[in-house]
Amino acid sequence: MREELFDAIRKEAERRRNEFTEAPVPKIHIGMATCGIASGAMETKYAFEQTLAERNIEARIHTVGCVGHCYAEPVVVIDHPESGFPPVFYHEVTAGKARMLTKLFLEEGDPRFEHVYGATVENELIPSVMEFPRFSQEKRVVMEKCGHIDPEDIYDYIADDGYSTLVKSLRMLPDEVIREVRDSGLRGRGGAGFPTGRKWELVRKSVSSKNSVSPIVICNADEGDPGAYMDRTLLESNPHQILEGMILCAYATGAHKGMVYVRAEYPLAVKLVTKAIQQAKELGLLGKGILGTDFDLDIDVFQGSGAFVCGEETALIESVEGKRGMPRYRPPYPVEKGLQGEPTVINNVKTLASVPPILKNGAAWYRGIGTKESPGTAIFSVVGDVIHPGLVEIPMGVSLRTLIFDICGGIPDKKAFKSVQIGGPSGGCLPADFLDTPIDFDSLTEAGAMMGSGGMVVMDEDTCVVDVSRYFLDFTQNESCGKCTFCRIGTRHLLSILERMTKGEGREEDPEQLELLSEDIRNGSLCGLGKTAPNPVLTSLRYFRDEYEAHVSEKRCPGRICRPLTAFYIDLEKCARGCDACVGCCPVDAIFTTSTRKKGIDQVLCVKCGECVVACPPQYDAVKRVSPPNLAPIVEKK
Amino acid sequence: MKLVNLSINDKEIQAEEGMPLLQVCLDNDIYVPNLCYLEGMEEPHASCRLCFVEIEGRPVASCTVKVRDALVVRTDTEQVRRLQRTALQFLLSTHHVNCKECPANKKCELQRIAKFLKVGLKPKHLEQHLKDIETDDSHPVLNYYPNRCVLCGKCIYVCRKKHGHALLTFAKRGIHTVISFYGKEDMERLPGKECLACVKICPVSAITLKA
Repeated sequence: MREELFDAIRKEAERRRNEFTEAPVPKIHIGMATCGIASGAMETKYAFEQTLAERNIEARIHTVGCVGHCYAEPVVVIDHPESGFPPVFYHEVTAGKARMLTKLFLEEGDPRFEHVYGATVENELIPSVMEFPRFSQEKRVVMEKCGHIDPEDIYDYIADDGYSTLVKSLRMLPDEVIREVRDSGLRGRGGAGFPTGRKWELVRKSVSSKNSVSPIVICNADEGDPGAYMDRTLLESNPHQILEGMILCAYATGAHKGMVYVRAEYPLAVKLVTKAIQQAKELGLLGKGILGTDFDLDIDVFQGSGAFVCGEETALIESVEGKRGMPRYRPPYPVEKGLQGEPTVINNVKTLASVPPILKNGAAWYRGIGTKESPGTAIFSVVGDVIHPGLVEIPMGVSLRTLIFDICGGIPDKKAFKSVQIGGPSGGCLPADFLDTPIDFDSLTEAGAMMGSGGMVVMDEDTCVVDVSRYFLDFTQNESCGKCTFCRIGTRHLLSILERMTKGEGREEDPEQLELLSEDIRNGSLCGLGKTAPNPVLTSLRYFRDEYEAHVSEKRCPGRICRPLTAFYIDLEKCARGCDACVGCCPVDAIFTTSTRKKGIDQVLCVKCGECVVACPPQYDAVKRVSPPNLAPIVEKK
Repeated sequence: MKLVNLSINDKEIQAEEGMPLLQVCLDNDIYVPNLCYLEGMEEPHASCRLCFVEIEGRPVASCTVKVRDALVVRTDTEQVRRLQRTALQFLLSTHHVNCKECPANKKCELQRIAKFLKVGLKPKHLEQHLKDIETDDSHPVLNYYPNRCVLCGKCIYVCRKKHGHALLTFAKRGIHTVISFYGKEDMERLPGKECLACVKICPVSAITLKA
């Protein structure tokens, strides 16, 4: 290897970094991943550019990826050393706020304390964000650089020590690289938790046992769980760390071909990873004779068409081969016979992104994080009824309670916690009794949920578990490829039963039917999608059976969500005389005025959309929801 | 060729190592219900989920198991039968049961399996999920009946075997999956009435020659 090649690249990266940091002007870092853009980061950036130009202020705009704080988007960090303040983290920076900050902070030196979220470093003027649990209790290994570097600039990654692990590892033998990964105990982050080092070893074995084979490394970024977006964020915030992981994997397994399988619905991720590959090629980190060695690797991007089942490795291979995305029977496993019959390593984005830090710091360091059986960190996209939703990276073994209540701020509006859904359509709903369960592969599986790829939906008391199960079964039966009997037809039957329960047409035998059919689908299906499809039903039946029974025998929805089983009424004690807030918002004119100039709801006309609940001013809070519907008091029109 | 000894339902059987277990069962007059398996397939389709047997206490699809020495198999345990019955009932719940008017009557695989498993043809506890289209007559020579089809895929397999590439395919997904011809067919491209491999192989007469 010719290390001087990389030394030159590193020097150039350092030069660019120094030039940026030492420039005597303020720096504005704007989070521009999909989440930021969706919240208006484009407009924010434009407002900064425009106002800077108008006021003739010199500043550098640095577009970065996502820090994972979805609740705070668009996120902006302003580093204005001349003002005497430390770099300041601002949240929800709209275009208006951007103009205001340009004028007041950049021009006049006033950071506007009422808008400050915190300082990014310890100092005496502004409390640091590191004091908040959302920051201090996280452990960033995979996401360490996310939101700090520009994903479109390879030098930004290299200046942060990027690709130096590759240089270090190219000095090692492939078997030594595999041994390090194996010793670290890294388990696949796609959900199943298969030991990564073992997988690499198997590929290497099948390469040496057959002659003239060219193994392939595939990065599986076909993320499809509803509410999960970890892989997208990583690809959009730090694609080079994933590429570095892929190069290391290819070096270890002897592959010369790589592929990033990413869904076409992630256009920004596709664009950024394509650009990253191009840049790595230009610097000789990909292509022929990487850094002067005799190791060649080309990486392509393959855009999947968004079928959920294509995240299953055999279906993924079929789809790349141009066939229908249907799983095939394993064995042979892809490590033995994968794409075009060649040995194939398929690793999740997070798995590959974990590899550079592991090889950089060593297996023992990685083992020091997390638990014995599940070392390292876990990334969750925590969504639903929490105060601070977003991407969270925590050491394995942290309890669900810590994650939901301390790190993510708990349940908003003083409501009670009801359940947390982990692992998406293949996972399960856990009740409050399980809040002290440590988050690791084995504990979650034991509890009936699963690690999954990292989707986590928190639900408060106003959710209906039957409706949640119906939602997930609707998803899986839609995404079933239709190949095997149990998944194709069985999931449809589960959905039919759940649908009639939520409509109040459930039959006495339905909960038991659900259980029996679910067990058969789990035991009988061909691939993982079918085998795990009944999990949402099975776990919620285990922990919330009374709710299923209430739907059937009492026609009551305890979460007051299923429309045919609920009714809205207006509490006349609370309703304000003369207030009309609810009247205008009702789409079906079901709200009338009583003789006392208060309001009532005509139960026959009401479509139970809930708009009146939103419209009623919080100081009155007069619209009530009840289940079963006959509990609603009858209000006379005149 | 290496022979191995295995036990199926306590019967000692000799078979060629690596043969699909399902084939070995059938060759030894031990019937295991199946729809998607054909002798000589390189890779099992393993989609009908009917050929379950029990090995070491676990149900496995016998078409995916290669026989090896000292294998102990039971084909008639309670859990095997339960899975087979559920799979069959699922198939029947999407099947337009109208045997009297069906050309497959009396030679229908579904009838045979239902009789073997003692399952009624109209499972009462399951809703019927039939497709809207009863007959797809888009093909110039053939008719396709989605509500008869069990999606075993044998027609696609034999078509590919015979012509090098399949002239029909699975289309749509999930409960809506059907067998489809590639749009408006060009007679030039088709073997027409000469072949009919798909018609002959179909276990439920879901593909028939146009009257």
